[in-house]
Amino acid sequence: MSALTHLRQLEAESIHILREVVAECQRPVLLYSIGKDSSALLRLAQKAFHPGPIPFPLLHIDTGYKFREMIEFRDRYTAELHVKLIVHTNQAALKEGSTPFAWGTQRCCGALKTTALLDALRDGGFDAAIGGARRDEERSRAKERVFSFRDARGQWDPRNQRPELWNLFNTRVATGESLRVFPLSNWTELDVWQYIHSENIPVVPLYFAKLRPMLVRGDSLLPVEQPFVPRLLGEQPKLVKCRMRSLGCSPCTGAIRSDADTVPRIIEELVTMRRSERQNRVIDYDQDGSMEVKKQEGYF
Amino acid sequence: MAAATALPAPDTFEEFLEREQAKDLLRFTTAGSVDDGKSTLIGRLLYDSRNVYEDQLESVTKASVGRNSGTIDFSLLTDGLRAEREQGITIDVAYRYFATPRRKFIIADTPGHEQYTRNMVTGASTAELAIILVDARKGLLPQSRRHAYIASLLGLPHAVIAVNKMDLVDYDRDVFAAIESDFSLFLSRFQSMEPYFIPISALAGDNVVSRSARMPWFHGPALLEYLERVPVGNRAQRAPFRFAVQRVVRPNPEFRGYAGTLASGHVRTGDPVLVSPSGRRTYVAGITTFDGDLEHAQAGQSVTLTLADELDIVRGDLLAAPTEPPEIARSLEATLVWLNETPAQLHKRYRLKHSTRQEWAELKHIEYRLNINTLDQEPAQTLEMNAIGVVHIETARPLAFDNYLKNRATGSFILIDPVTNATVAAGLLSGPAAPHAAPSDPHSVTWRMDHGSLVVSLGGSTHSTGPLPVSDPEALAALQRFLEHLQIVPPDSEKK
Repeated sequence: MSALTHLRQLEAESIHILREVVAECQRPVLLYSIGKDSSALLRLAQKAFHPGPIPFPLLHIDTGYKFREMIEFRDRYTAELHVKLIVHTNQAALKEGSTPFAWGTQRCCGALKTTALLDALRDGGFDAAIGGARRDEERSRAKERVFSFRDARGQWDPRNQRPELWNLFNTRVATGESLRVFPLSNWTELDVWQYIHSENIPVVPLYFAKLRPMLVRGDSLLPVEQPFVPRLLGEQPKLVKCRMRSLGCSPCTGAIRSDADTVPRIIEELVTMRRSERQNRVIDYDQDGSMEVKKQEGYF
Repeated sequence: MAAATALPAPDTFEEFLEREQAKDLLRFTTAGSVDDGKSTLIGRLLYDSRNVYEDQLESVTKASVGRNSGTIDFSLLTDGLRAEREQGITIDVAYRYFATPRRKFIIADTPGHEQYTRNMVTGASTAELAIILVDARKGLLPQSRRHAYIASLLGLPHAVIAVNKMDLVDYDRDVFAAIESDFSLFLSRFQSMEPYFIPISALAGDNVVSRSARMPWFHGPALLEYLERVPVGNRAQRAPFRFAVQRVVRPNPEFRGYAGTLASGHVRTGDPVLVSPSGRRTYVAGITTFDGDLEHAQAGQSVTLTLADELDIVRGDLLAAPTEPPEIARSLEATLVWLNETPAQLHKRYRLKHSTRQEWAELKHIEYRLNINTLDQEPAQTLEMNAIGVVHIETARPLAFDNYLKNRATGSFILIDPVTNATVAAGLLSGPAAPHAAPSDPHSVTWRMDHGSLVVSLGGSTHSTGPLPVSDPEALAALQRFLEHLQIVPPDSEKK
């Protein structure tokens, strides 16, 4: 008997994690962000609790600035799955005029995402929040636990993490403390797309390339969704064949130029992005011309 | 440089996708200190197998420029540690991901020096292979022995002994041969682990992804080639059927199933199963999944089983093959690795999590602490952070389990402090605790009270004071406290 394929192993591991949360925590909730990882997570939850229903509600922290297509997808898909959806928005901050331009991204995210999330978790009395974050997303997440402890103020202390061995998860918390649980910890972006492909999982159409009106600024493509996004003098949106690699708030999510209009073509794009020559891969995202400095110092 | 891992290019994109989906998974851990070039090796593996993203590469080139123009410092690709030290974050296990056309890999990257035992044990707990780095110039150091010991303790079936920095010893065959022979002798103590010795230069890329032309005397596969081909998952597949019940599933009155993951072995509809610890037997009526019912399931799969009889089965029960039943005991012998700053406390009750079960467990007795440098057994009254010891533990209710080396999933547990909720220890079960035997260690000292006499055992010999002129129980208690203060051990059987 041969070993399970990597996708089947990752799937089984995630199902095991989801069942552990439900077996050991009092009031779990799934943080639903509408993106591809959330879609994969929902399918895993369906599998984990079959033939029963998904035994926890979904919580969407709606900043008010999500793409229209995201909200449409959210409402349609969660209704199809017969899951309970809680939507929470920090209305007070919106009334005060929180936008990334007026407040800066840090303060805006802090109010519309972090504060909103902590409030919603407290209001719901949730002791475990299941999220779709992956360790490969960025270096600082490489050490995040699958069951990640949060103190009574909802904060993470990276200096004081519980060791996590085998698949034996320590789910014990005192009153007021909580856990964040990441069943997709060991998945990569490519794994998620392969799974979406093999399982035929619905995702928001924004992931697929099509002609969309965009503000084109150098290599950056800014979606035209919110009226408050400031325009440069005389700037008009152009139709560009593009797609979103990840989904967030429209003012802060750039698109990438792409022809990938199906899941297999997205996978192909991801693979070739990885495999391209170094010169092509090193794209200067910086605004301060640091690539110039590198070139001067002889990197290339 | 022809990649040793080349596969014929897929003809169609569908073929490519199929191949991508068919890959299996190897989890490995890396051990070595900063100076051994571990970060450079991992960076090299990620880079040469083209698993580095633009942004990662960009951040690395940013940092390398000015230090060492014209080359990439591969160590920076994985060196979260540098930033962490500046931020004062605990040095810890980090997980990295990469893939080749043949296989996916998860690396548990553990730092070599600080907290090495705790970190390496954590990293090795989910790994099937350890890469142990040895500096060619320094030869076999005590830390290499420690790493090999921990890998074998954690039951890793494979170890790669990567003799690194061969470029600094002129790719000398004799240097490699001497280390191989030294280390082989040491490793022969750990029969369960299959070592693969390989001379490499992580910095220059020799024998990492491709075979090196600079060491024509070495005929084995390059490191990545070996990692791609080493068999995975065999032990769990070959072990007898074990399935810990995670949840009882009762969505409606017609359906009663048991959700869980096959810890080992296989199961088929119609197979007899033994329910532990109750000892009842029944048959598998069905294997239910979201994707339809299965005839057969194998180790690693998460499924829901239905059984022929309505038995009282709860979360934490273990379903097993009746012909090869698990052990059942309350008094357990285990190797503990202490993970917490607060040392182990004899007679304290901890929460023990084993498979899907939680029990109260008392630490009854510490047989010995292992000196990880000499592998000598030393008497101990406690286990400090990073200490490894063999202990007796007693659970409130019987535990169904296997010897750890026979079955990792049913042989492992963690201890949780019930007050702080910290995970304080990792445990590896060896079997039911034997009735306490007289110590054979010539340096060990124990005592007991026998009809008013103090009887002291020194190694093999026994000495009695004769009847003591102590009739006051408080004076006797004071004497006992004094002996305990000296960390002289009373035999367990006499203490009850």
